Amino acid sequence: MSKERIQISEDLYDIMPSDYQDLVKNATYGKEDRGWKDIGTSKELIEQHSLCAGCPESMAFRYILASLPNPEDTVMVGSTGCTSLVFPMVAVHNIHSLFGNQNAIASGLKRALSVRFPDRVKDVVVLAGDGATVDIGLDMTLQAWFRQEKFTTICFDNELYANTGGQESGLMQKGFVAKMAPVGKLFDKVRLPEIARESGCHYVVNCTVSKPSLVEKVIRNAVHIAREIGPTYLQLYTPCILEIGKNSMEGLQEMRDSEKPAERFAYKEYVSEPAKQLLAELAAKDKERKAAAKQLAGQASA
Amino acid sequence: MSDYRVLPGPEHFLPPAAASMGIRLPNPGEAHINGVIAPEEKAYEEAARQLLMARVPTIFPGPLVLWAWNEKAAKKATAIRHLFNTLKECVQTGQKPMLIPMPDYRPKYPKINPEVEINPNHPNLTIWHNKIDCCIFVGVHCHQANLSLKIIRGGTSCYTIAMCAQAGHEDAMLSFRDASVDKIMRLAETVKRLKGTVQPRLSTAKSGASN
Ligand SMILES: Cc1ncc(C[n+]2csc(CCOP(=O)(O)OP(=O)(O)O)c2C)c(N)n1
Ligand code: SF4
Ligand SMILES: [Mg+2]
Repeated sequence: MSKERIQISEDLYDIMPSDYQDLVKNATYGKEDRGWKDIGTSKELIEQHSLCAGCPESMAFRYILASLPNPEDTVMVGSTGCTSLVFPMVAVHNIHSLFGNQNAIASGLKRALSVRFPDRVKDVVVLAGDGATVDIGLDMTLQAWFRQEKFTTICFDNELYANTGGQESGLMQKGFVAKMAPVGKLFDKVRLPEIARESGCHYVVNCTVSKPSLVEKVIRNAVHIAREIGPTYLQLYTPCILEIGKNSMEGLQEMRDSEKPAERFAYKEYVSEPAKQLLAELAAKDKERKAAAKQLAGQASA
Repeated sequence: MSDYRVLPGPEHFLPPAAASMGIRLPNPGEAHINGVIAPEEKAYEEAARQLLMARVPTIFPGPLVLWAWNEKAAKKATAIRHLFNTLKECVQTGQKPMLIPMPDYRPKYPKINPEVEINPNHPNLTIWHNKIDCCIFVGVHCHQANLSLKIIRGGTSCYTIAMCAQAGHEDAMLSFRDASVDKIMRLAETVKRLKGTVQPRLSTAKSGASN
């Protein structure tokens, strides 16, 4: 699909709410170089959200939606949790799945899309909380990776079940006491990034969403590698400021503190050999394209 | 044949699906009025009468016509605009025709603006806010139209009409089937023909908002 398909009927244009008019006129669907820098100058694919004020999940959503390489041909799959309340406000096709089932739904969806649209690139991106990814949905998460399903799994890791008031999750840190987990976590944070690598993911990143340029890079890499090679996994720290007792201005600092070298969200990346090769090819093509564009611009101004 | 009649509500918090009460859909060339199969001719007259009688007759175009998916969709949009313009020409002082879109079906949070749109998950908000007492749905996918029609029948006294492109809607008080540009234009013609012959419910109007 291209942006040309997304047009409002002329005779009813004036009655469309301005949000939709803006999406058609000023959103970045179909723009090859779209990225976080478009935020503030173009219509975003998410504006309102129903998260707590200052929740880092809202930043993560904005950066991810600005960075998807192919939003008009992407279907996102969500699961129950704080993220699921945001999806109705997202201007990308999305499916809500039963809690934990997201990677099973995405497997079927990706396969169906490849059969239905053999000549078009269709990306599938799962975005779910840590409870959905690592606890209740772990079976579906791992089985999709074992089967080498070609889609990206993003986990918004806030280290607990936020939407239901703060229960313990597998990704919670050892010893952490939450509102609904008063005893304190008795075992270590599950090492899902390592498990992802061992389970066949071709690209795995563990980081925070404090830097939009980094989020953009890892999202683009993850989607491209999933499209061409196999499963990819991103674990993004999006602290639940409500449950860890921070106020709305403190989310960014919390992420910065947690990504210091010895901390649990220090940047970690794994790229398989075929994925490395693909990224090198993509980088070379990108360089070529940019050089050609520069040359063309030079000729035009001469 | 079922004795059940699909009438303006408020029927119940959750009214039964008309199909479950034995209401069946019209065959090609037919329509239904209050759940009773009727010739299409009669349905044009009744729909036009209801629109001309209402204080706030409203057209709700859905995504199938708001978005220019293809040439046919764009032509339907033109016909809908014509129907609206005709309605505006034919009503009397005190009546206020409206054209309010249903751009998509997302269960929007935290809220919709009922002045500028209608959402199938809480269509009653738009009906109440604008005091709409007669509406016509066109270009809304079947499931979402059924959902809206049931909620409206459940919680408001608004008269509902479906200009359906498929087999019709049992849950509307009046439903056409196989909607086309011609059928929308034909309804507009009927409205024009009946101009001045229908007494609007201005003073006695029980609007959707009163319930
Ligand atoms: C099958 C099923 N089990 C349990 C629940 C209840 N439930 C809703 S949200 C949630 C926790 C979500 O936690 P997480 O996935 O970490 O997302 P967060 O809210 O933290 O972003 C649970 C257990 C549910 N909705 N469905
Ligand atoms: S409960 Fe926590 S994760 Fe959920 S929206 Fe609020 S701050 Fe964000
Ligand atoms: Mg969580």
